[in-house]
Amino acid sequence: MSEIVVLSGKGGAGKTSVTAAFAAMSRNAVLCDLDVDAPDLHILLAPRNSRREPFVAGHLAAIDPARCDGCGECAARCRYGAVSAADRDRFVINPAHCEGCKVCVALCPRQAILFTPRTCGVSAVSDTRYGPFVHARLDPGAENSGRLVALLRQKAKALAKEQGRSLILADGAPGIACPVVSSITGATLAVLVTEPTPSGSHDLGRVAALCDHFKLPTAVLLNKADLNPDEAARIEDACRDAGRPILGQLPYSPDVTAAMAARQTLPEYGGPLAAALAEAWDNVLALAAAPKPQRNLF
Amino acid sequence: MGVMRGGKKGLRLAIASGKGGTGKTTVTAALASVWSQALCRPVLAVDCDVEEPNLHLFLRPVIRRAETAKLEIPMVAEAALCADCGACRELCQFGAVTVMAGKPLVFPEMCHGCGGCLAVCPTGALVAGSRELGRIEEGATETAGYLAGRLRIGEAQSPPLIRAVLARLSKVAEPGADVLIDAPPGVSCPAVTTVSGADAVLLVAEPTPFGIHDFELAVEAFTPLGKPMAVAINRSGPGTPELLALCRGHNLPVVAEIANDRVVAETYARGGLLHEAGAHYRAVCFALARSLAELPQTAREAAHV
Repeated sequence: MSEIVVLSGKGGAGKTSVTAAFAAMSRNAVLCDLDVDAPDLHILLAPRNSRREPFVAGHLAAIDPARCDGCGECAARCRYGAVSAADRDRFVINPAHCEGCKVCVALCPRQAILFTPRTCGVSAVSDTRYGPFVHARLDPGAENSGRLVALLRQKAKALAKEQGRSLILADGAPGIACPVVSSITGATLAVLVTEPTPSGSHDLGRVAALCDHFKLPTAVLLNKADLNPDEAARIEDACRDAGRPILGQLPYSPDVTAAMAARQTLPEYGGPLAAALAEAWDNVLALAAAPKPQRNLF
Repeated sequence: MGVMRGGKKGLRLAIASGKGGTGKTTVTAALASVWSQALCRPVLAVDCDVEEPNLHLFLRPVIRRAETAKLEIPMVAEAALCADCGACRELCQFGAVTVMAGKPLVFPEMCHGCGGCLAVCPTGALVAGSRELGRIEEGATETAGYLAGRLRIGEAQSPPLIRAVLARLSKVAEPGADVLIDAPPGVSCPAVTTVSGADAVLLVAEPTPFGIHDFELAVEAFTPLGKPMAVAINRSGPGTPELLALCRGHNLPVVAEIANDRVVAETYARGGLLHEAGAHYRAVCFALARSLAELPQTAREAAHV
């Protein structure tokens, strides 16, 4: 089974529009939105028939005011600044800052701190015109995005197995930290969408280094390539030197926003971007089908 | 809090968005460049988007000081001291420490640095060690002070580094200087950690279906923090009336509207700054700086209407 994740490092490079376009051209795939923090893929895929489930992960500490005598041990121990004095002899925990580490719970001399499971969001499996779709939404400000991503990947895998689907196609999160690390664990190919701007090229370097660190093969799609042709050429050279295949180039085009406003994927919308994306998708499939490079098994 | 002149505390403004790529860094860099000229006040630009810090690419600061930021995590001092009591394993919520064959075993990358295992270990088998989170850089441009965090590649947790940058900020900022903080995208812990360290928020939003969806998430995430908030609309276009209506509904002032202009995109692609894209944009940036300086005051007045 292939598991392809679309990443970019920088936000706004075009991950979601590209993922939706690939979804429209895919056959027999399970689709997945791993950008659980600010998910947008559903806007183009129009999921229906959603089977939802609360996402419970970790715990939240809360002080029982009846038992708190205001000793302040919790505030002294908390490394996240989550505990503050409510008044002279009582403390409170700000759930937005609580890490769920249990230190205050374990060390409270009066056992005045409750530790309850925390609902951090909701996950769903839905139907779309391109196949099943696994997605979620993390509650605003919530923790555990990495665990939610892991849960979605697990669900997508189980679904693929059950329905005999050979491909998982996932939209990833921006950045390089926990949700991204979690989304590339076990993936077989990362498609890195970038743009020829100082940020695009800098952030491509960091997300590519992260994929290299986890020995995940990468390929690059250059979006908005005509905004700065010199920088685009530099990115292509750097990718060639690093052995990263270039999947294709897309021009800077108002069609992306126009298609989004029409709630259409780019292949549905048509035009020159659709043709360029079809070629890029063929290249993705060829790479996904290629025999894996020999890896050192420690 | 807020803007008090005469040697008092300056404004601490977080520039946030929800969706990535809406123009946070574009706006922060432009503001950092025009701020001191527009307002005759010193300013410090801070990059808290530690996963993908980009502010330096546009501000090109001279770096004067760089240090490694670390998180305190446990390490095994002497395995033979372990009493095999299992207190560390029982407390740890992140699977970062266990006991195997009577010896403690630490998984450094899993640790959230809460210090719990160190507090409960009765024998001193575990002692304080550290894990590198990334780097903190300080410097200056011709127009602003500069401070940034840069997460180590492979480090999964960004909030500890963001907290370290914010802690450093209090030491670095000139007395009375205003502070502009480029926040990470999204609305989960990294963004909320950053915005919590500010006393006012500028949301940069683009009027596309994705942009509007994520703008609403951002409003939902940041409103409970109770800080004055304003909106800058970037790449304004056919969706702008919908976005303006949402801002009205949430009682959020719109303090700038930047056109969807290929000239702006090309200026950015060259590493140029928004106010360099033409006289119109220069005026937009100056006006934005002045509105933001008044934001805490504006919000107080709005709350009393």
